[in-house]
Formats: sequence, structure tokens, C-alpha cells
Amino acid sequence: MLELRKDLFADERDDTLNVVGKSVQRQDMPGHVTARTRFFDDHAFDGLLHLKVVRSPHPHARIRSIDVSAAARAPGVKRVLRAADVPVNKNTLLSLINFGKDDEPALAVDKVCYVGEPVVAVIAESEAAALAARNLVRIEYEPLTPVFDVEEALKPGAPVVNPTYPNNYFEYHERFDHQKLRFGDVEAAFARADIVIEHRYQMSPIEHAPTETNGSIAAPEHNDRYVVHTCAQGLFFSLGTTAKIVNLESNRLHFIGGTVGGGFGGKVDSLTEPLAVLGAMLTGRPVRFVLDREEEMLYGSPRGAERIYIKDGLMRDGRIVARYVRSYFDAGAYTRLSSYAAIKCTAHIPGPYWIPNVASDIHVAYTNRCPSTAMRGFGITAVDFALEVQMDRLAEAAGLDPMEFRILNAYRDGDVKPHRRVAKNTALIECVQVAAEKANWPLSDQARRQSSLVGGGTGARAEIPATVLDQRGQIGRPESRGAPATGTLPAGAMRIPLTKEPVMEGTRDGRAAPVQVPRYAPAPAPGPAGPPPAAAASRPAAPPASSAPPFYPPAPSPAPVAPPPVAPPAAPPTQHGAMRFSSVFGTRRR
Amino acid sequence: MAKLPVQLRLNGADRATFVDPAEPLLTTLRRGLGDFAPKYGCGQGTCGVCTVLVDGEPQLACLTLAVACDGRHVETASGLADGPDMHPLQTAFMAHFAAQCGFCTPGMLTAARALLAHNPHPTREEVVEAISGNICRCTGYEPIILAILAAAAAPGARRA
Repeated sequence: MLELRKDLFADERDDTLNVVGKSVQRQDMPGHVTARTRFFDDHAFDGLLHLKVVRSPHPHARIRSIDVSAAARAPGVKRVLRAADVPVNKNTLLSLINFGKDDEPALAVDKVCYVGEPVVAVIAESEAAALAARNLVRIEYEPLTPVFDVEEALKPGAPVVNPTYPNNYFEYHERFDHQKLRFGDVEAAFARADIVIEHRYQMSPIEHAPTETNGSIAAPEHNDRYVVHTCAQGLFFSLGTTAKIVNLESNRLHFIGGTVGGGFGGKVDSLTEPLAVLGAMLTGRPVRFVLDREEEMLYGSPRGAERIYIKDGLMRDGRIVARYVRSYFDAGAYTRLSSYAAIKCTAHIPGPYWIPNVASDIHVAYTNRCPSTAMRGFGITAVDFALEVQMDRLAEAAGLDPMEFRILNAYRDGDVKPHRRVAKNTALIECVQVAAEKANWPLSDQARRQSSLVGGGTGARAEIPATVLDQRGQIGRPESRGAPATGTLPAGAMRIPLTKEPVMEGTRDGRAAPVQVPRYAPAPAPGPAGPPPAAAASRPAAPPASSAPPFYPPAPSPAPVAPPPVAPPAAPPTQHGAMRFSSVFGTRRR
Repeated sequence: MAKLPVQLRLNGADRATFVDPAEPLLTTLRRGLGDFAPKYGCGQGTCGVCTVLVDGEPQLACLTLAVACDGRHVETASGLADGPDMHPLQTAFMAHFAAQCGFCTPGMLTAARALLAHNPHPTREEVVEAISGNICRCTGYEPIILAILAAAAAPGARRA
């Protein structure tokens, strides 16, 4: 069970915690055990109507015609909704923070992009009547070639999944086809390494499978407002999304929620609220839209599948000298939160290890699969699975114990990470030591003596190395991947100066017009980058990587650890207004 | 379709309503009689969140026809507490953090109540078997198992 290890990092906190480490009764527990907790569906309304959607049976098809006349005449049917009834029928979730282009309709207009995409909504006096009328909706489709594989989707000539992103990748800031990380020179380090190991990892999509399915009830309220009982995990996120889609001022929506029957990330997409509110607006009656279990499992958005390639350069003594990660997020047909997941993934690379040369290219690809979304650590979880399996393989290749191998390569306080920030409050070494102790896993004396507090931030570990820039996957053009290197950023450079010259003659198959594309300036200059961290300049130069280093970093010295380098200045604000979701923009709250 | 009258005893109180012939008991309890303790999770008898007692036996309300409960005693988690006094299962669930989102809790409590009524001193294996039809996606089950074992050891746990 829970054990607090107060012996670790004891001097880093005031031990005046009032709640941590103590049993405190949750305030919602009495409601749960007496069944008085009200979930969204636990509300009675007179005249409640039920909404069911007609979903696409095709992964990719053009809609030729829709005939709802029989359904509209069916017993108990009050209203049938089509795309034209939705006031703002194109949205992307993160548009609330001005990130990404609107790409997803509430009801499909002329094309369906995944099996289960909603096309028509039927509102009736009972669930049975709505289900019966749903079968009377006639939709004629012209099937299109689908694409289900992330790498196939990015090849020239692949079917266009999502017309908003005709190249089948999310466009960061309307310019970049992926998230990119460069630190040092991985290619040179691979050439120097004793062993180079590359593996491919594939994650499956995972459905959250909450016991309470997604749903909401919307009802006209007094004062010309609508009350909405919902299971939404982000209540105001859902309110804003709904207000946009139904084109109401947000103060005319009264969302009640926060009581979620299991979410795990699967209740952030506002799958039901907009159509429930629209139904209430158009019928003047309470409308309940709840996914049944089959819909939840098949069409409730899952954790996205990821394909991950990891290439590592390893020295015989166990040091990892280079890591390159190439990953593809399967967004499914629409963006939802995959764009954000790829940013989180990039920020996590190379895992909790200090590696002197790191690069990554993280792509978000559209396929004709159910759109994916948030789920418990999304963006991190899959790449961590891949990284840790890779770590075991590296340990085996180096002939080292996997626990000791992690301690050897662990990051420590003061190390400069590939994101050019200084690692603070690191604790991997101690976690591994405690885990080994609990598992009766023998560690060498040397491994047991290691500490996150010592050995970090010394020599090369405190420096931003000269960084090679390459064009591979750099900008918008799949065919530019594999192009030669284009220059080197001097050691200590925090930022890459950009120009905004258009460099594209056209996109894949000429389907989209060229856009303004930034290119790395040919002669990198420190320019707006600001000075390198003070510590980097004041520390002695790192020994050449080829010289034989000690198995572990220098033994702990009794002297206190040098203060970490001065934190780099905060990035200037971007053109975007909202800064709360700061990691989306690569900026940081201070 | 003609509605059918159903009279049943719900948590000790006589109730009457009209139901569709094919209406599941779950719909009758929630939409007809306003007892929201049993939940809808799957409608297929696989998740257990709709578990109720019919004449003391655990039943899945989503698969039980309301008309089949005419004249019978239906008990839900709403009737577990005796006024302001909680049942030992309820206090044990609170003490052991045996609920997280709370959605499976009414069904879990009902399944546990049926177990303790038949078997006041169950083994751990018998507890696991008794809640094997109830899915919890949050807790990992361990706190629930511990809570039921603790309730069995507490006085008054057999109170129906």
C-alpha cells in the first residue's frame, strides 16, 4: 500500500503537510454509498424526448443523398436533424484556445470519414420510437478508398481523409507538418556508437469503457436559457464548444455536471451536448442524447494508436549517446486532441534520461478511423512504453542489469534536457533504488550509492551542444524527408532563427496551394536567442565523447551541488491570446 | 401499445405504475418510479450497475421485465440506509475508499448485500465471486473486496 518515503529529499520540503499522508474523507463519498449522487442521467423531466443518431456504415464515402421523409413521419418522431440544421457545423475542440482549424462537423455534410460518423439525428417521444425511426432514414453513399495506416496516409497519392488537412497531417501553426526536436548531432553519434539498435513499436487504440456511457440531457430553462446535465469531464470546455456549435451566447447555457461516471479522458469531446441542446432549441422540450454501450465502445473516441520508431546509439559501457524517435499519432478522421498529444510526446522525449544527442519527429496523421482523444497521460503513455521496452533491449545489448542500466543513464538535477531547460527535482534514481529494494532485486553498491542530487549539471551535462539542423520532415513536404543537413546551430543556442520565405512549390499531388513556410536561416546566428545559460559558459568543456568515461558519473563530492544554471527567459507571447494551455504553444508559465 | 399495470413493493413502500409490456425493470425504476440508484451501463447484462434485489435475490434490472416483478419486493441501494443510519456496508465502503466515480457503487452494494444476507462470513474468494458480475473501471476492486470483508466483520451487517 501507500508508503511515504520521507527520508528521500527530506531537506527539499517543509514537513508541514496537513493532508498528504493522512486519510481524509472525500466529500462526495456519502452521496456515492447512499446512491444519492446524481449523475447526468439521474434527472427526471416531463416530456423528455430521446435523440439517436444515424451513423455511417462506411469508413470513407461520399454522401449522394439523404432521405428522411419516412423517418420524419414515423410514430413519435418530433424532429429530424440534418447537417443544415446545425448553426455552426464545423468545429475543432482546441479552437477555444485558437489552436488548429475547424475540421469536424457535428453531422456529416457531403462525406463521411469513419465508421460511426453521425449523419442524421432523430428526436422522438421514446428511445424505441427514435430507434425505429432511425432505421427509416435512407442515405445513399458512394464508397471512397479508405486509408487506415498512419504511414500509408502520409504517402503521396493517399486518399484525402479530412478535407481541412489535405495532406493527411495536422499543420502546426499552419506551417509545420510535425513536431520536431533537435539537440546535438544524432547522426555523428550513431556513427561513433559501439552499438546501434532500432526497433518499431505499435500501440493499439484503447477505449476508455466508462461504466457510464457518454451522454447529456438539455432542457429549455426559464429566462430563455438551456440547462444541460452532462457527464462532460471539462464542463466549461464543453459549454464553450456547445455555445459555438449551436451559436448561442455562452451565458444562455447552464451546464450542470462534474459528476462523471468514469471518464479517463473519454468525456472531453462534447460528443452529445451540441445536438442535445440543438434538439431542445428546435423542439422546445427536454432532449436526452445518450450513447448506448455499443456506440460507446465502437464510436466513443479512444486513446489514439501510435507507431513509434526508436533508434539508439549505445557505448559498450552502457552509456546511451544518441536517441532518435520517429512517431506517428493516429488521429483518426478528425483532430480533436491529437495535435496536443504530439506536443506532449515531444516534450517527453527522450524519457527521464540524460542523452547528449537527441532528435525526434512526431507526426499527427489522419486515417479513416474513429477520431482519437485524451486518455490518461495521452501523448506520453505510448512513447514511454516504447522507450522502456527499448531500455530493456539496450541493457541486454550492453550486458547490464536493466535497473542499473536505468540508474546509469538517469537524468539528474542540473542536467540540460534536449528542450534546453534544466532538469529539477529529478527522482528516477531513487525510484529505481526503492523499486529494486521492494522487489528484492540486487543492485550493486555503486548503483545504490547514486543520487539524483549529485553528478548532474557537470561538464557536457550542463551544456547545450552544437546542434545539427536537417530538412528531414522539416516543413510540410513528405518528399523532403531524407534531405541533407542544412546547417549547425552553435553550442548554447536556445532558439532557431526562422525566415518566412516560401519554399514549397506545391504540396503533395498539387492538391493544396503553396503556403508561406519558414525555413531555417542559412547562417544561424544567436540573434534573438539571448545568451546561453550562464552555467554552460562557466563550466569546463566536456571531454570528448570518445574518451573512456567512468562507468558512473564522478563520485558524490561532499561539496554542495552547484546552483543550477540560470533559467532561460520566458518565450515572448505568441499571437495567440490564451496562455492557460501553455504547453500547446511551447511557452511556459512562470 | 397498451400499458400494463404493475404493483410492487419498492424498498418497503407499495408502489404502482403502468409499463410497456417489454419494458425492463430498470426503465420502470428510473423513469417511472424515480429511483435512480440502479444505473444503465450496458443494457446487456454484462456490467452489473443495474443490480437490484427481487425478493432478496440479486437481479439485473436491465434484463428483467417490469411485468415479471408484479407483486414482488424490489430493493435498490436507495433503501440500504435506515433513515440517517448507514448500513455497515456503506460505512465500510466509505472507510475503505471503495468508491471512486461512484457509478458502480449502488450495484456493488446491492450484490454485497445479497452475499452477506446468505453468507454472513464470506471468504475473500466468495466476495470476489459475489461481485464478479459487477464491473468497476476505477478502483481496481481491491478496496471494494476489503470493504465487504470489513462489513462482514462489523455488527449488524446481516440487516436486510
